[in-house]
Amino acid sequence: MKEEKLKIFIDSIVQYFHHTSEPNVKVGSPFLIKRIEEVSADYTGSITISGAYQGACHFTAPSALLRHLILSVGESDTSEPMMQDAVGEVANTLSGNARRELGKQFIISTPRVFKGPPSDLNKQENSRIYAIPINWKSYKATLGIHLN
Amino acid sequence: MIVDDSMLIRKKIERECDQRQFNVVGTAEDGAAAISLFKKVSPDVVTMDLTMPHLDGIECIKGLVKLQPKVRILVISALNDKATGIKALEKGAMGFVTKPFSGQELQSALGEIIDDDV
Repeated sequence: MKEEKLKIFIDSIVQYFHHTSEPNVKVGSPFLIKRIEEVSADYTGSITISGAYQGACHFTAPSALLRHLILSVGESDTSEPMMQDAVGEVANTLSGNARRELGKQFIISTPRVFKGPPSDLNKQENSRIYAIPINWKSYKATLGIHLN
Repeated sequence: MIVDDSMLIRKKIERECDQRQFNVVGTAEDGAAAISLFKKVSPDVVTMDLTMPHLDGIECIKGLVKLQPKVRILVISALNDKATGIKALEKGAMGFVTKPFSGQELQSALGEIIDDDV
């Protein structure tokens, strides 16, 4: 995967957090990992990519970040189902927004949500992943991208 | 009527509708549920996600337009490529809001399609 494709996802992250009540987000330098479990936090939303690209996008975050994120968009219900919903919706939005640059053949699935380390990911979804560190408030999350 | 597979987004849209004093007659979490609900509640306006399980938003728009050709549909989706927007409009949507969205963007888009003469 080329650097310019990673920039598409970095721009999506910045854009996403700009729509919260606390828009300051810092995106760190991407690094390679072998499996998403290496960086997985409390919850992970995974999107399978098909069409002209094959792979996956994973957004993984601690529950504290998700609670704060939910509150920051005006929602008071920070229950576990809402946190699971939120992590899936962030994964969906960050990957869906990449279509502006990658086009309609960048086909995304509905999100699968995992509590704890993701399971049931196939090799194509879970190998040689670029991990993009996200620092929002005092929390750390990661967007993992694997594209062929 | 609000159609989105995310509870967080459905509730956000509901809050914005309440602020504009729009009455939300029902919510659905996928396209198939939306078609059933539409037959029961006959909404004036539908907000429609595109990436959903069971029946996606584009197929759902086609189904709703078949049931009620004058239905006003506002697509709210993260799929922000031009081709998807054009396709949704061709199938019968009247507007498109890209996720993530602000309350102001949503209220403005809803206002436009409600004020628009069909």
